[in-house]
Amino acid sequence: MSEHVLAIEDLTVTIGTRRGPARAVAGVDWSVRPGETLALVGESGSGKSMSVLAATGLAPRSARVTGRVRLLGTELTELPEARRRRLRGRHVGFVFQDPMTSLNPVLTVGRQVAEAGEEHLGLTRRAARSRAVELLDLVGIPSAAQRVDAYPHQFSGGMRQRVVIAMALICEPDLLIADEPTTALDVTTQAQIVELVADLQRRLGTAVVWITHDLGVVAGIADTVAVMYAGRILEQGPVDAVFGAPSHPYTSALLAARPDPAAGGGDLVTIAGAPPNPLDLPPGCAFWPRCPVRGDARCEHELPPLVPVSAGHQVRTFYPRRVDEEAQ
Amino acid sequence: MSAPRTPAEVVAELNDLTVWFPSPAGMVRAVDGVSLQVRRGETLGLVGESGSGKSTTGLALLRLVDPTSGSVRVAGQDVTRWSRRRLRALRRRVAMVFQDPQASLDPRRTIGASIAEPLVVHRLSDGRAARRRRVEELLDMVGLRGDLADRHPHELSGGQRQRVGIARALAGEPDLIVLDEPIASLDLSVQAQIMNLLRRLQRDLGLTYLFIAHDLAAVEHMSDRMAVMYLGRIVESGTPAQIWREPAHPYTAALLSAVPVADPQVERERRRIILSGDIPSPVDPPAGCRFRTRCPQARPECAETDPVLAEVDPDHRAACLFAGAAVRAMRSP
Ligand SMILES: Nc1ncnc2c1ncn2[C@@H]1O[C@H](COP(=O)(O)OP(=O)(O)OP(=O)(O)O)[C@@H](O)[C@H]1O
Ligand SMILES: Nc1ncnc2c1ncn2[C@@H]1O[C@H](COP(=O)(O)OP(=O)(O)OP(=O)(O)O)[C@@H](O)[C@H]1O
Ligand code: SF4
Ligand SMILES: [Mg+2]
Ligand SMILES: [Mg+2]
Repeated sequence: MSEHVLAIEDLTVTIGTRRGPARAVAGVDWSVRPGETLALVGESGSGKSMSVLAATGLAPRSARVTGRVRLLGTELTELPEARRRRLRGRHVGFVFQDPMTSLNPVLTVGRQVAEAGEEHLGLTRRAARSRAVELLDLVGIPSAAQRVDAYPHQFSGGMRQRVVIAMALICEPDLLIADEPTTALDVTTQAQIVELVADLQRRLGTAVVWITHDLGVVAGIADTVAVMYAGRILEQGPVDAVFGAPSHPYTSALLAARPDPAAGGGDLVTIAGAPPNPLDLPPGCAFWPRCPVRGDARCEHELPPLVPVSAGHQVRTFYPRRVDEEAQ
Repeated sequence: MSAPRTPAEVVAELNDLTVWFPSPAGMVRAVDGVSLQVRRGETLGLVGESGSGKSTTGLALLRLVDPTSGSVRVAGQDVTRWSRRRLRALRRRVAMVFQDPQASLDPRRTIGASIAEPLVVHRLSDGRAARRRRVEELLDMVGLRGDLADRHPHELSGGQRQRVGIARALAGEPDLIVLDEPIASLDLSVQAQIMNLLRRLQRDLGLTYLFIAHDLAAVEHMSDRMAVMYLGRIVESGTPAQIWREPAHPYTAALLSAVPVADPQVERERRRIILSGDIPSPVDPPAGCRFRTRCPQARPECAETDPVLAEVDPDHRAACLFAGAAVRAMRSP
């Protein structure tokens, strides 16, 4: 078994807000190996972004982060900030939902891609530029040699996202963190980007952590998946196991909530209510108030543990078998 | 073209509508020759990628944008050239629900005041007490407690705000509700709640919807008939079943093949039709077929002839010179 590229253990993030501490992430464990894709799914506010930001040392200053984070075997939490930043720059590439958060509107796209190479690989300006052209070509920018001097506003949303991917790849990172990279894009453009990342991953062996709330995208890209809710993982495991035999009522309900054109037009399965307020989380299972199975008083007052149900497949529950039957 | 087999009352229609916006780069042809009819009691779905002209089409039905040419008819009347004053009456006949419930509600007003606004403007309930009763009734219809009337929008979740937007649209008892991406900003579990609510209200109150979304599965689920837009035009229309099973336009086929399905096995085995390039600028759409710059089946003829939306099956139309055959060629290995 190859070593993990990134492994986080018991990661907890509490953010100080004007109205009190918000527990954004609580005791999260996951890891990703070379060439593998881990998908983090969950509804808005479930802690997907905050868990990867905190793991890579990018949490906001108001956040208190605890837990262990190993990047290529190095414990990041014990490193001084400067070393952590260097390791991150050298080994981790980021792609966010809005490409303009990563792009500088007044610099040419070529300069921006090249700069990352100069900074982290020590390339000369000339070498970095020619590497930038190669990468823009690799990510599918037509006539890259001519367009290397164009500005971001001259590109469409999908093309800008390709530029950001080129920037993220110039250091040949061991890990690519993609936070909703296609959410703002049309489906045909999304299909182009998904295909592009899968292809690069095959060729370069990059590990990918892909954050999304689209279960269809997860089915297409992931090896393993972690389903988050109110800062915790409710279910995780190989994508076939989690989608084929969802064992947490939340996962089952999410999978059933999407309209399925093959299934005809009856009412959709819904989950009553809305996710809880992170400033005011219930003491037991955070999903209890909305849970269609609703265990018993224990679920309401005590936090259920994450227990194995099959190889590598874990579910947060007191009653693994019973929940499993209900979900069928 | 054959008449519908069960002639239904047309609530609203667009005939060869164009809406062009001036811009520094030239005229933006946001809508460029769209005809459609919405029949009483149905949901007509409008799907297409960003910038294809869906919202502009919806806004034209409320006359919230001015048509450049063509006509808009609502409840049998040609409203294309109606004055601002006369349009107030139209705004009661056609209501709209927007994507972002945050932006469409005034943050300083209570929920109750926002819902009551159409009641006041159209003089639908007399007196405060009657208005309050009607507001509570409307809140109840959309599954919210009556006491939410005294809250402000920031105290509500996204799903609750969207329910308020729907209650507000219902207030004037409109003939048609234009729903512009009503679920796009919501979480998955809340999207399903809103889709079920919209369908239940339609059944109970006999409502008519124009349902605009870029989410094909949602449009398929919600609609009785649907239309696919590309670059200011409708390129295919038909029932969801026709379009899902037998798309006749290459663009529709590509769009369908790009929609991810939450089944890892299906995803591994599927063959995607990956379109190259981006949607061209609506300032300068390609001559001939507008889709030809990205169409995997484009031939020289496609640059010369602008295909019309022609029937391929009863009630199923496509704007492609090689409708049907082109899609079969794309899908065969
Ligand atoms: N800078 C911040 N200050 C205070 N709270 C924050 C901050 N960033 C995130 N949070 C809170 O932390 C929690 C987790 O947020 P996070 O951004 O990780 O969610 P997410 O799962 O990525 O959601 P989305 O799908 O909306 O991106 C949320 O309750 C959010 O409100
Ligand atoms: N007021 C306006 N002035 C100039 N151009 C406009 C205006 N409104 C829309 N457009 C342009 O018209 C075209 C169609 O826009 P429209 O908003 O109707 O598309 P859409 O299909 O609703 O897209 P989306 O899915 O992004 O909402 C786009 O190119 C848009 O930039
Ligand atoms: S007319 Fe030609 S270019 Fe247009 S969709 Fe049909 S085959 Fe493609
Ligand atoms: Mg996020
Ligand atoms: Mg729109």
